Amino acid sequence: MLQSLFPENASTIAGQVDALFFFMIAVSAFFGILIAVLVVVLSLRYRRRAGTADDVAGEAVHGSTALEVAWTGIPFAIAMVMFYWGASVYMTMSRPPDDAHEIFVVGKQWMWKLQHLEGRREINELHVPIGQPVKLTMTSEDVIHSFYVPAFRLKSDVVPGRYSTLWFEPTKVGTYHLFCAEYCGTEHSLMIGRVIVMEPNDFQAWLSEDPQAVAHGAAAAGSPRERGAGLFAEKGCVTCHKSESSAMGPKLAGIVGRERTFADGSTAVADLAYLRESILNPREKIVAGYEAVMPTFQGQIDEEGLLALIEYIRSLRGEESGDVEGSDG
Amino acid sequence: MSSPGHNVAHQFDDAVQQRDASTLGMWVFLVTEVMMFGGLFATYVLYRSAYPEAFAAASHHLNAQLGAMNTLVLLGSSLTMALAVRSAQHGARFGTVAGLLSTIALGSVFLGVKAYEYAHKFEEKLVPGPYFVFDGPEGTHAELFFSLYFAMTGLHALHMVIGVGVLGTLAVMAARGRFSVAYHNPIEIGGLYWHFVDIVWIYLFPLLYLLGRH
Amino acid sequence: MDDARPAQRKLVNAMEPGASRTNYLNADYGLKSWLLTRDHKRIAILYLISITLMFLLGSFFAVLIRLELLTPHGDLVQGDTYNKLFTMHGIVMVFFFLVPSIPAVFGNFLLPLMIGARDLAFPRLNLLSWYVYVVGAAFTLWAVITGGVDTGWTFYTPYSTTASHTNVLTTAIGIFITGFSSILTGLNFIVTIHQMRAPGLTWFRLPLFVWAHYATSLIMILGTPVIAITIFLVGIERAFQLGIFDPALGGDPILFQHLFWFYSHPAVYIMILPSMGVVSEIITCFARKRIFGYEFIAVSSLAIALFGFLVWGHHMFTSTQSVYAALIFSVLSFAVAIPSAVKVFNWTATLYRGSISFEAPMLFALGFIGLFTIGGLTGLFLAALGLDVHVHDTYFVVAHFHYIMVGGALMGYLGAVHFWWPKMTGRMYSEWAARVSAVLVFVGFNLTFFPQFVLGYLGMPRRYHVYPDEFQVLNVMSTTGASILGVGYLVPLCYLIWSLWRGPIASANPWRAAGLEWKVASPPPTENFAQTPIVTEEAYSYPVREAEVV
Repeated sequence: MLQSLFPENASTIAGQVDALFFFMIAVSAFFGILIAVLVVVLSLRYRRRAGTADDVAGEAVHGSTALEVAWTGIPFAIAMVMFYWGASVYMTMSRPPDDAHEIFVVGKQWMWKLQHLEGRREINELHVPIGQPVKLTMTSEDVIHSFYVPAFRLKSDVVPGRYSTLWFEPTKVGTYHLFCAEYCGTEHSLMIGRVIVMEPNDFQAWLSEDPQAVAHGAAAAGSPRERGAGLFAEKGCVTCHKSESSAMGPKLAGIVGRERTFADGSTAVADLAYLRESILNPREKIVAGYEAVMPTFQGQIDEEGLLALIEYIRSLRGEESGDVEGSDG
Repeated sequence: MSSPGHNVAHQFDDAVQQRDASTLGMWVFLVTEVMMFGGLFATYVLYRSAYPEAFAAASHHLNAQLGAMNTLVLLGSSLTMALAVRSAQHGARFGTVAGLLSTIALGSVFLGVKAYEYAHKFEEKLVPGPYFVFDGPEGTHAELFFSLYFAMTGLHALHMVIGVGVLGTLAVMAARGRFSVAYHNPIEIGGLYWHFVDIVWIYLFPLLYLLGRH
Repeated sequence: MDDARPAQRKLVNAMEPGASRTNYLNADYGLKSWLLTRDHKRIAILYLISITLMFLLGSFFAVLIRLELLTPHGDLVQGDTYNKLFTMHGIVMVFFFLVPSIPAVFGNFLLPLMIGARDLAFPRLNLLSWYVYVVGAAFTLWAVITGGVDTGWTFYTPYSTTASHTNVLTTAIGIFITGFSSILTGLNFIVTIHQMRAPGLTWFRLPLFVWAHYATSLIMILGTPVIAITIFLVGIERAFQLGIFDPALGGDPILFQHLFWFYSHPAVYIMILPSMGVVSEIITCFARKRIFGYEFIAVSSLAIALFGFLVWGHHMFTSTQSVYAALIFSVLSFAVAIPSAVKVFNWTATLYRGSISFEAPMLFALGFIGLFTIGGLTGLFLAALGLDVHVHDTYFVVAHFHYIMVGGALMGYLGAVHFWWPKMTGRMYSEWAARVSAVLVFVGFNLTFFPQFVLGYLGMPRRYHVYPDEFQVLNVMSTTGASILGVGYLVPLCYLIWSLWRGPIASANPWRAAGLEWKVASPPPTENFAQTPIVTEEAYSYPVREAEVV
């Protein structure tokens, strides 16, 4: 019975969220009941009785600075505790572990497309192994959606034009709701699915099953890295981004996660958002020492293609583009 | 109970209260205008820092000379407005009317130049929408610049048109001798409004026209 | 008076047992005298009629929503229709009922009376603000009738600018226009309160209702222009296919959210502060006591107005904004709760050693305290970052804001209606029917919205037309409560209108309340005061048995 009133706990963070929730319920119940009891007791105790004069019952008390300070200060202190607790949980949610296993998610009206880097693709379903941190890198093809798994107590908006991330570590085998939690049109409430948490062995077995041939647009079968390599060649990226010193474009090997310096002196870390922007709006940040000649690929590559391309660039070692330096991010 | 002159509305106790109330009312109204333009300015500033190259390239298509001339015209109109207020404070009917009409004239010059600029943008196909054409790879962000350019200068121009209407009404009233040393608050608050519209342009001009110019 | 129409003549006769007495209602007859009035009291009545009609429209949408949610499947309406229903419910209720409600009706009617003035500072501007409201409502109604709008009242881009196929532009124009009604009202109130207080009426002698409206007016003039320009940008983007908020054209959809919430968060304080002012008036009257902590309540209204502008990002904790922004908005959101808590404690303390009776206005005020407390406490849950990630965009949020808006603001509005009805109409209503309504509203409300907290934590997202089966029981509970709540709202409509014809004549001060508005006749004469009063007492100077200890 109680199960129908409380969601399942299936991730490492869910318990922390629930603990905070219970703390807040306790504090709220205390103050709520306190006020309710006070109002009822005072109303009854000082109710006007028939036959008495309508004056105040006794000495009029209409202020007390001490009380005001107390009932301002104590709630404020409690509120700060709540803030700190909530912020700590949130900081944990915002920092994916380094060994998190990445999965790409693209939302669109009205479905979820999930891409395992090993190659399997899913629609409206996400298979993950228990006990392993997973990081979702997400974007939308059209309007804002939100990837929400109540059993994990997690959601993140999925916004067109940028990447958002969400990480979790499942703790319980089972099947859980996946909801879209940002209104997105006609079939918003049908943009739902399932997260299926499996034992590690079962997950490995599932992962290595032959991925079904997918026929969405220009998507090719194979892992994102393979698809990205194909795009890199097909779109002519290698024409400029090659290993010769006379190359028109900067080398791409090992750049992910490192700082880059631009022509105007500013710097930025080359993260996934930077890579995406460089492909779609190449003139906004010109690497120092190079000309602004890269064309834009806006409209030529869809969101999944962009993620594949980025995954490929991330994997570059040196021979494919640029000198031998660093490993992928 | 006060015995107000026929210029004091029934809800006010006396002319002083009426004058103070209408002045405060105009200031409060100008605060709302600051917030409204503020939202637009904030949008512009944020996009400008996100896309500096594209915005600078787009800004170059604006005629900075015309913009500068318009700025001087508007500053001049604020001078004539201030002179009109001063005349009103002294009860000088001719000075008041002359000041108001000069302000209207200069304001109209400004609007005329703006209309010319807009027409020119239309010819250059720089009006955002389905017919927008921009040479250069920063096309989409340049269109963003022009969307904000038209929104900001258009809203400002609308305020100027309304201002011209208000000043025109005041000029007619002044010509008919409605104002005096004792009663001229409408001219003063009309002046407040006009100066405000001028100040908005003082910010608009460098933000829009002088990007990336040295 | 022979040319007066029969119904009005009966009204006049009923109000004039014996001597003839003119008041603002019978001072002049005919549609023109109402539609061209400059009397703040008549303008208040014009607003009362318009917002009641809009409330009925918004409730109609709510009824359909709750009926649809009785079952997990989409049996009653199609998905697109459902999306329009919740959108239009939100738009009508927020912009056309809640935001104007107390200020436009009771603020307009009472502010000049409470400060001893003949009218507001700018009576013609006041009438204009009503017309602006009506034009804005007309545009929005036109949008509703010709197909509706389905973006959610929050108009998030790029859905609203690019993907929606509904009447977004017309609705945007309607909301844009109506915003100016709010701005004009706020401007009028600020100038009036600053400039037109009666002699002796210093700031700290003002009724707290006036303080509440002053703070509300500050928010109205500072916040509403920002939503105006935001909606304007959405409108031109949609009309001319620009890319201000569409990432495909270089825009930033999150910028829209910042601009939208910069107004829409302070807007919720526009919706609640006036009813807090009402509660202060009612509690003092029915406890026959000065308010506890007057200065603190007055200043807390200003604090709420100020802090209210600093917390908008708490609507965007999951929107990909930076962690640091989230932390700042979270701590400020906790801070903004404190002044409201201070008010609740002060109202409760006012009951101590009072002489308390439980007429209908008091029941609504006490109900407000209970429901607003729950609503406010659940706001803390949403301010806690780690928790908000889970419950954002779920029914937890829906329950929270309905506790504040309906349990708080609407209860306050109904309390105001019942408290000042005799003053405005010169009639009393049936006390027992009113008490029954108050109880029905309180019970029905809790049954409707408390289950939604549970639904939200379970994970049911908002704006869902169909939902998983396991959520049905709680939804059925909620709809059952909504039916009781609906009855609780319809009953007052009946007995209040009935009272206009058959209710007992009200005296100038049927509640024996303190306050300048009770010193004039019910209904008041057009000019309010024959002579401007001179104020020498503090607010709520109810008599005490022993010498007051100051």
